[in-house]
Amino acid sequence: MTLHLAVALDGAGWHPAAWREPDAAPRALFSARYWAGLVGEAERGLLDFVTLEDELGPQSTLPDGHDDRIDQVRGRFDAVLLAARLAPLTHRIGLVPTATTTHTEPFHVAIGIATLDHVSGGRAGWRPRVSARASDARHFGRRRLPPLRPAPARPAGADPSPGARAPDPSADPLVRELFEEAGDAVEVARRLWDSWEDDAEIRDVATGRFIDRDKLHYIDFAGRFFSVKGPSITPRPPQGQPVVAALAHARLPYEFAAAHADVVFVTPHSADEARAIVGEVRGLSEDVKIFADLVVFLGEDAARRKARLDELDGAELDSDAAVFTGHVRELADVLLAWREAGVQGFRLRPGAVPYDLWQICSGLTAELRSRRAFRSRYEADTLRGLLGLPRPVSRYAEAR
Amino acid sequence: MTARKQVHLAAHFPGVNNHTVWADPRSGSQIDFASFAHLARTAERGRFDFFFLAEGLRLRELKGRIHDLDVVGRPESLTVLSALAAVTHRLGLAGTVNTTFNEPYELARRLATLDHLSGGRAGWNVVTTSDAFTGANFRRGGYLDRADRYERAAEFVRLARELWDSWRPDAVLADRVGGRFLRQDAIGTVAHHGPHFSVEGRFTLPRGPQGRPVIIQAGDSGEGREFAAAHADVIFTGHGSLEEGRRFYADVKGRLARYGREPHQLKIMPGATYALGDTEEEAAENAAHIRRAQVGPQTAIAFLEQVWGRDLSAYDPDGPLPDVDPDLSETGVSQGRVAIKDRAAVAAKWRALAEEKHLTIRELVIEMTGRQTFIGTPRTVARLIDEHVRADAADGFILIPHLTPGGLDDFVARVVPLLQERGAFRADYTGTTLREHLDLR
Repeated sequence: MTLHLAVALDGAGWHPAAWREPDAAPRALFSARYWAGLVGEAERGLLDFVTLEDELGPQSTLPDGHDDRIDQVRGRFDAVLLAARLAPLTHRIGLVPTATTTHTEPFHVAIGIATLDHVSGGRAGWRPRVSARASDARHFGRRRLPPLRPAPARPAGADPSPGARAPDPSADPLVRELFEEAGDAVEVARRLWDSWEDDAEIRDVATGRFIDRDKLHYIDFAGRFFSVKGPSITPRPPQGQPVVAALAHARLPYEFAAAHADVVFVTPHSADEARAIVGEVRGLSEDVKIFADLVVFLGEDAARRKARLDELDGAELDSDAAVFTGHVRELADVLLAWREAGVQGFRLRPGAVPYDLWQICSGLTAELRSRRAFRSRYEADTLRGLLGLPRPVSRYAEAR
Repeated sequence: MTARKQVHLAAHFPGVNNHTVWADPRSGSQIDFASFAHLARTAERGRFDFFFLAEGLRLRELKGRIHDLDVVGRPESLTVLSALAAVTHRLGLAGTVNTTFNEPYELARRLATLDHLSGGRAGWNVVTTSDAFTGANFRRGGYLDRADRYERAAEFVRLARELWDSWRPDAVLADRVGGRFLRQDAIGTVAHHGPHFSVEGRFTLPRGPQGRPVIIQAGDSGEGREFAAAHADVIFTGHGSLEEGRRFYADVKGRLARYGREPHQLKIMPGATYALGDTEEEAAENAAHIRRAQVGPQTAIAFLEQVWGRDLSAYDPDGPLPDVDPDLSETGVSQGRVAIKDRAAVAAKWRALAEEKHLTIRELVIEMTGRQTFIGTPRTVARLIDEHVRADAADGFILIPHLTPGGLDDFVARVVPLLQERGAFRADYTGTTLREHLDLR
């Protein structure tokens, strides 16, 4: 069985000082060309997909609110639009933007991801994410969230998902509520994607009908947080339902991922932890694809590079995911050992781009290929195809 | 010396109404990216100012069922525009996005993203359509009354501008050696508390290449005109005769001074349709042919039902008008489009015309709806467009083709060169941003 390989793109890389590397391009972070270069590299490496980070407020080292730091990258594009901008420049690689569920309209997110699937010819995914930050809530002013409890400050290299902030987030009623809402948002999106049957468009000149309206469906979703009537305004996406991926660090997000996602990103720090997490997730879902996240610094002098960046940032990189430093051969050993533990793929977070991305896309993939653990050409033209996920039949067609 | 007044042009992607002819063998997909790319590239080849997408957040209904006679299905506007930024280089990219079913922080961020990713080509057509019918797809649901809609839209736009302006223009320093990614105090704090929105915090993006994306306003009502005079860079209006255009133009431009603005800071661009031919006769034939295709037998009945407020499916579209009178108590025949005002008067007018000219139902509907704005040889159409602009009936036009995706191929190949020859339209882009194309500041 070959491994699935994805990269998580964010800013100049996952180390908060990555933008200060000599080969970094910090002035270009807000240009399309910069991102086109990164995703082009990932596609040349035959990776399954890239993820694009996002949240509804500037980056911060604080769990909540702004930190006023000027020595780290601040500012991010809307990830769905960034993915769409990259779609026509790529041909096979999957594009998985993050979109928050907490303050957004499920209808808009669903048609945005469906549109990404149309413009990319079936390569769209979506990483739904919740936001427990009171500071993000104030950007919307529609609901008031309590300030996040003081927690150890997390550097920008860490993912500040609420699931990552406490050992047992399920104990927090607010977090439970946010995940429940996220579950409803994914449910609405999937229903909207199904709301046009594949053959709804008939263009029947004799009767003057463009569509067979019996094949368009009201989704009639009524939940605790919102109600959505449907049907979608966007015809069914090429993949039927784009791929949903969730990052999860604890029981509650595992449950969310098992119930709602096609792919889950987990964060074990050893092969044993990987085995335990796989066991827990498999107890909840037999189908969800399990990817492990790793922050990686690669190359002969990886440790020295990371140490220099830590020094520039004034702190050792702290991360929710394990941090690997070393040669791609050693990384390949780790990945294959974790594969034995049941992990099906990896989402690598390059410590600094372009260097660590280039190491992944040329060095690591070649190493894995020599061990017959990675593809030598793209074998499918949709993201579902690459991941071995079947194209779902519309639930409404099935029900007829 | 005064420079010759220049024409501005935009390409409207064909919409989900009967204006778009789908039964024609040349008609392509309304959703494949290739269709959007084709029209955008055609517009860019023609040196158009911008590409334009409409929006509809709920599928239209007639008699309580999804309307199935017209093209149905469209993408999320800004997502497809962002993809188009990858296949075009100078063309402005404008999308219609509702202020009622969006939040300022998120939408300002998406528009700023599009502006960055397109190198300064983003435009936003601000609409306020809101009713419980559309609201059923959204968190806020419900209905806003007309005055509130514009008030909300104005507050939305002011807030979006505040967010766009909140990062200093030189915020990103990227000083590797000094370790300063941002300048000190580069990101300002926004604290807005108004009747419709309460937004506090910091924005997530540096200023885009345009600073503020171009704001477009669509609609001819008094509130719409005032909103445009206060906030918009472009107004997308209904078309009319040269005289009507001149009155509208003078009225709207006359409102600008109140807001401390100059006449050239608001471009007036009516929507326009056209039919071409090698001779005037052939153009007239083509125009009639297109109109028949736009009003098929079933569509004719559907139009009549919207006026009559009753089921007329038993009537022959090629026969006379129904002998029954309109049912004025019925108000919800059509959902998801602008309701016809004063149906009694419209019905009386239609009946009088049908009797006078001996028209069938279909002929009547063809007569009463959507005749092309410009009909003629390429030379005639170029002259008419130039004359409208020089006579201050418009600053340019948003052209609405009837075919997807090749609907502007003939215009760009045959009319644009004549406009250029007249010195009325740019031979090439002179700027890189939409603001520059529109000659705004």
